[in-house]
Amino acid sequence: MTSTASTAPPGLLVFQPKPDRPPPLQTVGVVGWLRNNLFNGWYNSLLTILILLLLVKVVPPLFSWALFDAVWTGGRDACTAGNDGACWVFVADKFRVLMVGMYPAEHLTRPILAGILFVVLSALSIFRLFSARKLVLLWVVGTAGCFWLINGGWGLTVVDQSLWGGLMLSLGLAVIGIMVSIPLGILLALGRYSQLSVIRALCVGIIEPIRGVPLITILFMASVMLPLFLPVGMEINNMLRVQIGIILFSAAYMAEVVRGGLQAIPAGQYDAAKSLGLNYWKTTVLVVLPQALRHVIPSMINRCIALFKDTSLVIIVGLLDFLGMTRASIQDPNWLGFDAEAYVFCAFVYWVICFSMSRYGRSLERQGGNE
Amino acid sequence: MSNATKRNGDQGAQAPVIQMRDVNKWFGNFHVLKDINLDVARGERIVICGPSGSGKSTLIRCINRLEIHESGTIIVDGIELTRNMKHIHKVRRQTGMVFQDFNLFPHMTILENLIFAPMWVHRIPRNRAEKIARQYLERVRIPDQAGKYPGQLSGGQQQRAAIARSLCMNPRIMLFDEPTSALDPEMIKEVLDVMVELAREGMTMICVTHEMGFARTVADRVVFMDSGEIVEQADPETFFSGARYDRTHLFLKQIL
Repeated sequence: MTSTASTAPPGLLVFQPKPDRPPPLQTVGVVGWLRNNLFNGWYNSLLTILILLLLVKVVPPLFSWALFDAVWTGGRDACTAGNDGACWVFVADKFRVLMVGMYPAEHLTRPILAGILFVVLSALSIFRLFSARKLVLLWVVGTAGCFWLINGGWGLTVVDQSLWGGLMLSLGLAVIGIMVSIPLGILLALGRYSQLSVIRALCVGIIEPIRGVPLITILFMASVMLPLFLPVGMEINNMLRVQIGIILFSAAYMAEVVRGGLQAIPAGQYDAAKSLGLNYWKTTVLVVLPQALRHVIPSMINRCIALFKDTSLVIIVGLLDFLGMTRASIQDPNWLGFDAEAYVFCAFVYWVICFSMSRYGRSLERQGGNE
Repeated sequence: MSNATKRNGDQGAQAPVIQMRDVNKWFGNFHVLKDINLDVARGERIVICGPSGSGKSTLIRCINRLEIHESGTIIVDGIELTRNMKHIHKVRRQTGMVFQDFNLFPHMTILENLIFAPMWVHRIPRNRAEKIARQYLERVRIPDQAGKYPGQLSGGQQQRAAIARSLCMNPRIMLFDEPTSALDPEMIKEVLDVMVELAREGMTMICVTHEMGFARTVADRVVFMDSGEIVEQADPETFFSGARYDRTHLFLKQIL
């Protein structure tokens, strides 16, 4: 490719490319970064300094409240002994309720095992110890296992669902909601793209009404109004109705997210698959969806995070999820006045989970980039 | 190379492998193909040329029913193209197609692109499909690119990979839809070389292209289209020296 002296015919000039040189020092490295991002002109320099001052004012007191002056051990008395710090003893005292709600103490090992199972599954996904297909299978089996542990039956004592609550309930509703609504959303999106007008109309008829109302409305209808329409004697329990409501709501949004991905697939991809003799389903599952889903990882993760946080709305139909339990704990007459601790803890747990999802999404994107 | 002798030798007395009779097609109100009649004999190499919008791409896309014709009949290797999906798949399995924009699957490596259809359509086991795929990669001279993704290849390499992908399905007919139009000038030759080689091996080829050099070298027949009609067709020598229509002369003057 490049012309060298040995191959050049006599009489021609030999082109010698110049060697690459490093960029000027001030555009790279720490100094370059500071110059470009923080002290780029007097206005930005001023803002940087003001924000630094503000941080100096705010951050140390926050840390001393949350960590250095905080009460970590002892009872309620330790917190009221004229201490300025946070009273984490309160959170420790309420920890069980916050995690599992009113779940009976004698069966507590079961949700703990389910929790461990959940953490193991998450770790397997994050470190990608299995192929994507196996991971999906593991999650389905694992979630079923968690449900069995928590619910009982098949040799375990059944724990009534009205006793479930706390983070366990939030995560359960979110995980099952995500796992069912993604495939359902994909089917709805494909249906909306279908050549058959009946299927298309059906899918639009499902997606648009559900997308058009707030989740609260759907939960309310599922919990309060649905039983009125069901024939006498037929009963679906409240938890299941709420779960179905969440799934439908999320699926309608997922469908639109996936549709965005489908639209990004060039027509040539369909042409190529067709010309090779592939039928609709093989084209869709093996050529179109892998590309379309990769395009929509960010918005899909976004929906998952939103879904997890939306589960806190189940409080309006009488289920006490993590946030609901936090609020209930504050009202305990023995522990009045620790709202800040409760909400900070609650926010922190939500943040850890949502941030993990977000980071996981980013790593999926990176992985998808060259695959 | 004498095209006349080659043509006589290949055509024989066989029925045409592609038969188009009075084919019409519309895009909405736009009449893209008007009364197309075209027979292609087994082993014949046809170049279709004409100004843009003349319907040449649509014509060859009708042959494997990527486009649906509204009237007339198209018979490919004895199978008439109708709504019958079984027949359509059968025709598509025997017909390879190469596109202007390559249309490789970007989420698969080159090797995966090549073994994909043999495995999922012909149900060939993976190791055999890979063996066949590597042979074809060798033939299009990119055996080292097997593990790369399409985005990491140059346009010319991608198009050669796309040709190899079609060949892996062992087609009887190859359709080329402007295979070199999206390529940088430096890369056109490497793709044309592969196509010339294929033509020399006796593959039935229909090629929409503006590469008149290619037409001269390998075509048995050049078909000129304008406004959805086949204006005239002739062997290359006659076509380039003695076209009968003014429209053809104008076109040739503009591109040569």
